[in-house]
Amino acid sequence: MVRVHFNRRQLCIPYGLFLALFVVIPMLLILFYAFTEEVDGILTFTFSNFLNFFTSTAKLSTLLMSFTVAIISTAICLAIAYPVAYILARSKLRRRNVLLMLFILPMWINFVLRITALRELLDLVGLLGTQNYLNTIIGMVYDFLPFMILPLYTTLEKLDESYLEAAADLGANPFTVFTKVTFPLSMPGVISGITMVFMPSMTNYVVSDTLSNFNITILGKLIDQYFTTYDNWHMGSMISIILLVIIFLTMLATGGFKDDGREARGANLW
Amino acid sequence: MNEQKKEEMIIRLVNVSKVFDETTAVENVSFYVRKGEFITFLGPSGCGKTTTLRMIAGFDIPTSGKILLNGQDITDLPPNKRPVNTVFQRYALFPHYNIYDNIAFGLKMKKVPVTYRNEKGETYTKMQKLTRREIDEKVKNALAVVDLEGFEKRSVSTLSGGQQQRVAIARAIVNEPEILLLDEPLGALDLKMRKEMQIELKEMHRKLGITFIYVTHDQEEALTMSDTIVVMKDGCIQQIGTPTDIYNEPANAFVADFIGDSNILNGTMVDKLTVRFCNRNFRCVDDFERNEKVDVVVRPEDIEMCPPEQGMLVGRVVSVVFKGVHYEITAMVGRSEMIIQSTQSRTVGELIGMNIAPDAIHIMKKELTSNRYDGYITKKNTVVFGDGEFECDVTTLYPGSHLDEDGYLITAQGEKIDLTDADVSVEVGLTDIEISDNADEGGARGHIVSLIYKGDHYQYIVRTEENEEDFVLDTEDLWNENDYVSVKIRPENIHMKLKQEIK
Repeated sequence: MVRVHFNRRQLCIPYGLFLALFVVIPMLLILFYAFTEEVDGILTFTFSNFLNFFTSTAKLSTLLMSFTVAIISTAICLAIAYPVAYILARSKLRRRNVLLMLFILPMWINFVLRITALRELLDLVGLLGTQNYLNTIIGMVYDFLPFMILPLYTTLEKLDESYLEAAADLGANPFTVFTKVTFPLSMPGVISGITMVFMPSMTNYVVSDTLSNFNITILGKLIDQYFTTYDNWHMGSMISIILLVIIFLTMLATGGFKDDGREARGANLW
Repeated sequence: MNEQKKEEMIIRLVNVSKVFDETTAVENVSFYVRKGEFITFLGPSGCGKTTTLRMIAGFDIPTSGKILLNGQDITDLPPNKRPVNTVFQRYALFPHYNIYDNIAFGLKMKKVPVTYRNEKGETYTKMQKLTRREIDEKVKNALAVVDLEGFEKRSVSTLSGGQQQRVAIARAIVNEPEILLLDEPLGALDLKMRKEMQIELKEMHRKLGITFIYVTHDQEEALTMSDTIVVMKDGCIQQIGTPTDIYNEPANAFVADFIGDSNILNGTMVDKLTVRFCNRNFRCVDDFERNEKVDVVVRPEDIEMCPPEQGMLVGRVVSVVFKGVHYEITAMVGRSEMIIQSTQSRTVGELIGMNIAPDAIHIMKKELTSNRYDGYITKKNTVVFGDGEFECDVTTLYPGSHLDEDGYLITAQGEKIDLTDADVSVEVGLTDIEISDNADEGGARGHIVSLIYKGDHYQYIVRTEENEEDFVLDTEDLWNENDYVSVKIRPENIHMKLKQEIK
């Protein structure tokens, strides 16, 4: 029998190929499309797509819309998820695993089904067709809440009880213990949660389309329209690049790239 | 207790118990701590020492009992309202703050009374937060106390274990607590660092003059640092005393065994101030009732070696270990092991004589819960102890084992073991021994030397003739003193443990 030996370099080849085919080449293609335009069948280099985006009121208002939807959804998710995660992680509830399961169970049900069900529900209470913006927010929160709860839960659950005891020992009342110790130490989880919710809520147009009857347009929808309806790949690519930069900057601002391994440990589940 | 003593008592626990779910961590503990004292809770892990400390800090609330601080009941007071600060086992420094903010954490919340004078000349006091300057000053002083000047801006993760330890101490003492609680603070440090910190902590205690309550499982640490030691076991206090008292006059065999090295032997009081162990009578200074079974504790350094013909005891050396300052010599006297510490060496196999001075023999009342013997397994897989031979189940020595046709033991892993002459310690419960007047029925024979009526049953002591081994048993049947009886024990009631692994 012939024994086949692979060295480390050889074992990397499939992954290298994968990265090249599905990450690097597509990224280069998007960049190429974003900075070119077709004039008389000839592709030429241009900044016009970029300038066009920032001079078009329609596009900028879509950007603003996406931002407000994402910020409000994320804030509501955080406001709901933090107490839930805190109670689940810190209390001595006997069946807390079951409770946590109930909160994250919707993640495993098909998302289109969930949104369609929500649409029926909103129709039943008379919100559908009247409160497009509100419905979109409700949809985003409903859809992304588990993604906020899980990283928060992981961080809070791993939080060493002795920090809280030390704070109380030094004279902090329960409220101060929370504001000065518990919350700052759970920041890695908060940041993970925010990135998990903020980014998809800027782009997930299935939610906005379904729940607002196509009345709310977010960036994801705009990209889709340029690629399909208008058949303008150049503009679509440019908007994708802009979105990517926005997300990158948001991450940078919230410290998601901070390489502080010790504190972030465990929270980088996502 | 007189008035003066009460006054200097800073904290007092009265019948405090703590039960977690079903398990009792601390059982009916009562003691007091004097102002300015360095008191140490010492005991093996799980003895309840940390739980006791946590109840003083306020992290755990006693299930029953009271905690009094300066005479005031603080049993249910939350930790932030107690004038007590803790140095945690794993330091628990806040990783999101630098050293300055860690130490200033308590100060920033503290309010102190400040006296003012209004226009009319009346004075009034207001509770005020400390100013930034005052906090700076206090943090600086605290860092100086722990020898870490200039570390204010450093982050916690850049500090070594020893430095983090010092910051944890600074963070606690900066609040000027009435009591400083230290929960195994040196446990995570290496030996050399630990020794240094022991001296520094003691020095700090002297300078600051605050009460230290210290928790450790390290007996040497406790002996070195404390004014008073509280030895705990299974949630109960075994002994409270100065290090010298605890070492020289241990209250029971557990304390003797836990503090320092000791030889603990089974003995019987045979006469006034005379105790019998290792088949010899010794003069002693503790008096107990005649015929009482006692634990005899002899410190290894208190045994003097001499030529065999001059010794009260004669034994054969089985091991000699050089320990730096002294040699540790183990000798077998009959079937008992004696550890001797001496500056002189001996060779393995040599016969030595041993003498013990009367005041080096510490006698303790035996908490009699079962009979314990040294025994050995015979070729027939029976066990010999207490001058008798008993049927037993040798497979209990190795879980999951069985015997083959030739009488060899086959372990769960399939190893074949010859148990012949294996030394075992044997334990038999008081109610598991039966006596019969048919001399051939039992494994050992002897006379009843004592009977005590204990309300609903009698407690008998049967003593054998040859080596004067005692069987203590509880039964409802009535026998007479001096009856000659045989002792019966069912094989399943003979609990054996191997003294050494058999190769």
